[in-house]
Amino acid sequence: MKAIVLAAALAALLGIGLLRPPPGSGPDDAAAPVADAAAQRRHGAYLARAGNCMGCHTAHGGEPYAGGHVLETSIGTFITPNITPDPDTGIGEWSAEDFWQALHHGQGRDGRPLYPAFPYPDYTRVTRPDADALFAYLQSLAPVAQRNPPGRIRFPFNFRPLLHVWRALYFEPGTYVPDASRDEEWNRGAYLVQGLGHCNACHTTRNPLGISQGDVLGGGRLMESNWYAPSLTSLQEGGMSDWAIEDIARLLTTGMAPRAAATGPMAAVVSQSLQHLRPEDARAMAVYLRSLPETAPYSRGPAPGLTGDVDRLLRQGEDIYEAHCRECHGAAGQGMLNAYPALAGNRGVTLASPTNAIRSVLFGGYGPVTERQPRPYGMPPFAQHLRDEEIARVLSYIRNAWGNRGSLVTAAQVDRSRKGIH
Amino acid sequence: MTQWLRSIALWLLAPVAVAAASADVQPAGAPDTMAERVKACIVCHTTADKAGRDAYYPRIAGKPEGYLFNQLRNFRDGRRHYRPMKLLLENLPDAYLREMARHFSALELAFPPPEPLAIPPEEADLARTLILRGDPARDIPACTACHGADLMGTAPFIPGLLGLPRVYLLAQFGNWRNGGLMRGQAHDCMSEIAGRLAPRETDALAAWLAARPGTTARPADAAAALPAELARRCGSIVLQSAGPQ
Repeated sequence: MKAIVLAAALAALLGIGLLRPPPGSGPDDAAAPVADAAAQRRHGAYLARAGNCMGCHTAHGGEPYAGGHVLETSIGTFITPNITPDPDTGIGEWSAEDFWQALHHGQGRDGRPLYPAFPYPDYTRVTRPDADALFAYLQSLAPVAQRNPPGRIRFPFNFRPLLHVWRALYFEPGTYVPDASRDEEWNRGAYLVQGLGHCNACHTTRNPLGISQGDVLGGGRLMESNWYAPSLTSLQEGGMSDWAIEDIARLLTTGMAPRAAATGPMAAVVSQSLQHLRPEDARAMAVYLRSLPETAPYSRGPAPGLTGDVDRLLRQGEDIYEAHCRECHGAAGQGMLNAYPALAGNRGVTLASPTNAIRSVLFGGYGPVTERQPRPYGMPPFAQHLRDEEIARVLSYIRNAWGNRGSLVTAAQVDRSRKGIH
Repeated sequence: MTQWLRSIALWLLAPVAVAAASADVQPAGAPDTMAERVKACIVCHTTADKAGRDAYYPRIAGKPEGYLFNQLRNFRDGRRHYRPMKLLLENLPDAYLREMARHFSALELAFPPPEPLAIPPEEADLARTLILRGDPARDIPACTACHGADLMGTAPFIPGLLGLPRVYLLAQFGNWRNGGLMRGQAHDCMSEIAGRLAPRETDALAAWLAARPGTTARPADAAAALPAELARRCGSIVLQSAGPQ
């Protein structure tokens, strides 16, 4: 019975999908002729960096843009395609029109809908001239013959027509429309954040079907990983409306700011993409991010009342901090300039979800490698040295020391992080 | 006038007061050294007391630079499997890994006291024979043939075998035999050799090696002198872009 209802619902939704007008034929759908092909390719190279195409389209230790990167999602495993101009295994046979169909309409060269693991709901904001420049750049790369294995998408999501349903409900193609009430800089920032930057691909909440459920840039857990991308619209998380523009731009391009540090996937984004932004583009993104209206703030989680038990626990945490953390992060949680992030006043460590903090203590990691900082400093992994209760105590202390306030971390949470990692 | 001066003074001091109120201790800079940058490594690869939970981690100080560089890249790129190393090294470029390798290779640290030799004399004899002579009948070379007469390694790619915990050595033999250590690379000489050794032999070797005191002598720089046979068998240790940069 349940299956019949589901099938009927799917059929109805399929109907919706099929009734929608076919894409194409908008005003943006024509390639504009360019006078200077070399300049177009250079522009495309810059945009490819801004969109971090290489980040996903390159395997670990593999040839750039030749694909083979494994993307774990809640509906299965995707293997990114080769986008070098190899005629057989890459996109050598593609036209600028084919590329536009993919980027703007989310359709493959064969007309089939693409899975939004390729973030075309964001890329659709990209203008046609920028898309053409990207394509011209990709076509200028040395072709790499590399056939990547197919993804393993789980039933029923491997039934591709279902994508028509998803698209009908959640995907609206359309290039970025400037807000006339804002200046050029703000609009440039919005264009980069909403489009090529595809910030919302991570910084939003998704349900198990990968469908965005939360506010735009409202924060969310990264699929199939133990990282949480903080809300960029909440002052309790990664909201920046009270930051200086320069600090935001600095965080974007170096991964370090006075009270924040990019870790994990964001460190990779800084290193692969954002560090290459022109200063005026980084600033424009900062201006836009700073202007985001504050949404209903997520709770930090109840900070503990200072009972005798809590006090004892925090003192035990302090002992662990003194032994293992203080040398780098400082007696007052002040950190060290350009090396070790401050923990005092760092909203990354007081997030309601302690996921990132736990993960950093368990597995450590290095800061982003950039031209300015080619040899970043690192955080040691403590998974082998501290027990779950010890990590829970030291994090509870950090979340409630030097003016920080945050919920206590439990050993069970640490245990889940240890096991849940991929 | 005094009033006026006082208000000026207040204005000047206000930012200081605000900073102090927010419990700001201004951060100092970190030392601009490799030693500072590899602090993340020495939590495990320390020279301090290696009892208990830390028993597993191998000594890396003084090992040949090329060997260490290869291992760092193998961990990062998933050719050698150890999750904590992979997560730690994620996204670090070759140039930086090479600097780390150089740092640890040049590091001269005293060896920990060797483990007591807890195997019967006949097992110790077995280990000594394999180490010095191998077993030509089974195509097992002497350990000293590649790892150096003093077993301290051969620059640039072959690691030393002394100063390592017995449990670590045992785990490596197991990994080599099961193909878990290096996947997808041709000519794994140590996989071949470990596959030919009986468990009794690897047990004896690990116990014997862990009971030998190490020396801080530099590894012999005998790369050019390594027999062609070794280069043929051990393609995996001489990675393509591992040459000097």
